[in-house]
Amino acid sequence: MKNKYSIFSLIKNAFSNHENWQRAWRDPEPKKEYDAVIVGGGGHGLATAYYLAKKHNLTNIAVVEKGWIGGGNTGRNTTIIRSNYLWDASAGLYDHALKIWEGLSQELNYNVMFSQRGVMNLAHNLQDVRDLKRRTHANRLNGIDAVWLETDEVKKFCPIINTSQDIRYPVLGGTLQKRAGTARHDAVAWGYARGADEMGVDIIQNCEVKGIKRNGDAVEGLETTKGFIKTKKIGVVAAGHSSVIANMAGLKLPLESKPLQALVSEPVKPIIDTVVMSNAVHAYVSQSDKGELVIGAGTDSYVSYTQKGSFNIVEETLKAILELYPIFSRMKMLRQWGGIVDICPDASPIISKTSIKGLYFNCGWGTGGFKATPGSGDLFAHTIANDEPHKLNAAFNINRFVSGDLVDEHGAAAVAH
Amino acid sequence: MFLINCPYCGERDQSEFVSGGEAHIARPKQPTELNDDQWAEYLFMRKNIKGIQFERWNHAHGCRKWFNVARDTSNDKIEKIYKMGEQPPKL
Repeated sequence: MKNKYSIFSLIKNAFSNHENWQRAWRDPEPKKEYDAVIVGGGGHGLATAYYLAKKHNLTNIAVVEKGWIGGGNTGRNTTIIRSNYLWDASAGLYDHALKIWEGLSQELNYNVMFSQRGVMNLAHNLQDVRDLKRRTHANRLNGIDAVWLETDEVKKFCPIINTSQDIRYPVLGGTLQKRAGTARHDAVAWGYARGADEMGVDIIQNCEVKGIKRNGDAVEGLETTKGFIKTKKIGVVAAGHSSVIANMAGLKLPLESKPLQALVSEPVKPIIDTVVMSNAVHAYVSQSDKGELVIGAGTDSYVSYTQKGSFNIVEETLKAILELYPIFSRMKMLRQWGGIVDICPDASPIISKTSIKGLYFNCGWGTGGFKATPGSGDLFAHTIANDEPHKLNAAFNINRFVSGDLVDEHGAAAVAH
Repeated sequence: MFLINCPYCGERDQSEFVSGGEAHIARPKQPTELNDDQWAEYLFMRKNIKGIQFERWNHAHGCRKWFNVARDTSNDKIEKIYKMGEQPPKL
């Protein structure tokens, strides 16, 4: 049983110089057999394991992770959470996640620092204005909070934005989702890991999957660097490496893996208390609780697994940031990094069964998976436990690329997720 | 972030080029005879290889010509550049 985190446990541990905190999760060796194995110990994978144990009483399960938990895209994203997607299927999926976010710290007894500071999307041309207005209407019909802001309201909401009409891409308005915001990404992985571990889930780090053993049309187990693990159900949540795992099972996915970059500045006093995104000029920025500006850049155009990106992509983003926020012109950037994102042709995820019995995929989140972490885990757990999708992820099946029933958010929701 | 040796212009920065994705995906000769699975395979399914991948590139900010590249996607190292219409090299 895990000790509860509280103000009292904090005071108590202060007296012993914080040296006697209980381990947050064990470091077990894999058992010979599990009822289900999740491949990938990022936020989505750990959340899947947590909900499998909590809601579906599947506790003889494991999460295998090639590196360390939360060391992939979970620890590399820009922590933005929102649910203002255009299509009904997406709205259902992302708002389901947002509703779980709202009570997540309490549920996990782990402070994920969820902060509903609002996300504002800017419009820079007539088409942007039309698209964003259409999206606000669609959001409101789906019960998702959204408002349209005229340029002066944008300025009032975030005073440091340059709303001069003389710049190359002037701000013509924007949308605002007030329930949206940010969370601390590492804490999400750690909170889910701690919660899953408490219910008996084995979290096995430094354990790379090398092969998937099949018996005809069903899975039998996984070859890993820590030996063979027998299991009848495999849930793959491997983000950028999804195609690599799929190839091991003889499957092909409609994915391309590309580097996506982000960067943070030196820490400064509070200057921007919301998240501002601009798809047309591709710049988005927020400020972390430490005071760093957190800036997201775009993806490179080519397939790569290098977790680096090109300088010209960063340059484009910083050009746009400087035009929109002249006040940042002397800020120094501290760190820059890349993550590998798996992008679907319609920029919507896949949470689905496959043609192989017992093999499930949760992938294709592309540039915007972090916001969906709790909902994705919940729905993927449902799909694995029941061998059937939940009604909220039924539209996100792999078969949509054959039937043509795509959930086309590429041109609709936002280029930058 | 790497250099590409355009077969027509010589070595240039990657930012001058546009990636055309996986190479050697031929457009079906008889599109009307394809079933939905075959269409999905042609339109959407990709190998997305970690390792040496054959892909098309276009020198968009240069000669604007297309050519093929064999590139290792795990380290961005280019193994071979060959022209459109040629068979992929054995590597």
